[in-house]
Amino acid sequence: MRIDVDRSRCEGLGMCEAMAHEFFEVGDDGFVVVRDDSPAEGQRSFVRAAIDSCPVSALSLRD
Amino acid sequence: MGLVIVGASLAGLRAAESARRSGWDGDITLIGAEEHLPYDRPPLSKSQLDRGTPDAVVPLRSRAELDELGVTTLLGSPATGLDTTGRTVLVGETAVPYDALIVATGATPFQLPGAAGLAGVTGLRTHAEAVAVRRALDEGARTVVIGAGFIGSEIASAARKRGLPATIVERLDVPLSRSLGPEPGEICADLHRAAGTDLRLGVGVSGLESAGGRVTGVVLDDGTAVPADLVVVGIGVRPATGWLEESPVALHDGDRGVLCSATLATSVSGAWAAGDVAHFPNSRFEGDLMRLEHWTNAAEQGALAARNAVAAPGVAPEFLDTIPYFWSDWYGHRLQFVGTPRADQVVTLGPRGPGAIVLYRRGTQLAGVLTIDRPRDIMKFRRLVMEPGSWEEALFQAKERVEAAV
Repeated sequence: MRIDVDRSRCEGLGMCEAMAHEFFEVGDDGFVVVRDDSPAEGQRSFVRAAIDSCPVSALSLRD
Repeated sequence: MGLVIVGASLAGLRAAESARRSGWDGDITLIGAEEHLPYDRPPLSKSQLDRGTPDAVVPLRSRAELDELGVTTLLGSPATGLDTTGRTVLVGETAVPYDALIVATGATPFQLPGAAGLAGVTGLRTHAEAVAVRRALDEGARTVVIGAGFIGSEIASAARKRGLPATIVERLDVPLSRSLGPEPGEICADLHRAAGTDLRLGVGVSGLESAGGRVTGVVLDDGTAVPADLVVVGIGVRPATGWLEESPVALHDGDRGVLCSATLATSVSGAWAAGDVAHFPNSRFEGDLMRLEHWTNAAEQGALAARNAVAAPGVAPEFLDTIPYFWSDWYGHRLQFVGTPRADQVVTLGPRGPGAIVLYRRGTQLAGVLTIDRPRDIMKFRRLVMEPGSWEEALFQAKERVEAAV
């Protein structure tokens, strides 16, 4: 399972960082950086919630 | 019967999705005043005002996706009443029965007296209004925005981006001073001035000038007139609860929003509320009664209200203890706010303009943060909001960040 970022959609709003800063951080350029793109089994629902919170649907999870 | 959601925007859609995710297998009916499937509103005052944006509504979920989710829609038909004894929502002549109800009807912009029926005068809340504003800008409209709030500021920004003249008329001496404080308000005023927007402060509107049914100007109460082809009214909103006035659902004495508990339950059993319409006590902020008009709030509350609405009997309800967050884009600058501006003290660090960090203190805690053009920093401060004794740490971090080489 991996986290994908669609940089054409990302606006750097930071909801993902608010929800799960261990995995996401907005950079100075205003785009999200994925700090850890392979969440462990026990963290997936947590990461999923952060992904679902994106106001511009820029994040997705891929198996 | 089933779950009935009144209000087909973000909160309503998230409620439907969340109910299904929680295992609700009964009917779900989504009732909406507009004829469109739920769509996203933040872009209406941002990217959708750009030249060349297609007119068509892009819904958040397609009809096929809603079908798959098992959501029946009743669109273009505002709810007109509620019978809590018989558990039915009235939609004109139609009575829609419910077991559980979610009120997510949002809010309606205040109108300017005397503006009804005058072409060129609009609010900006709906897709149709965004299309009207964009077309006016396409024709080179001289734009006057009444009210220097966030949406009005974004509209002025859209006009200036095209090089068109934009004026903002604001009754307060400093824009946003009541919501953000005087010094941050001055910073906001300077963003407008730097972009060439004509800011008229401390003055009200006494009337509109028109010719042949079209607006031609705005008359201010100091007697001056500002020529206008497009007037956008952004003087706030009222919760859309007219349809509840005859019902026993308790409404706020001031703005008539729906009074909720921290679980988003209304005062009547079987009914919850979510989004712009709902007042709720926020336990994270000492129980402050909040009613938030933010995208993130609508999304979060819609989902939580639905989880509580469809929870099995005996299951403890979920409580909301949220940190408010919103953003606004002006003239290429990003304003972001987390927490609450209701504070004992407001301290601005860094430049009085882009790059500013504004901290709001409540007791010994950081209560809120405003940043301008600091997308990397804002969520770091969010972690300190309402943490015991976090004020000193927030001040320290803010100083470090504004002193760091740019």
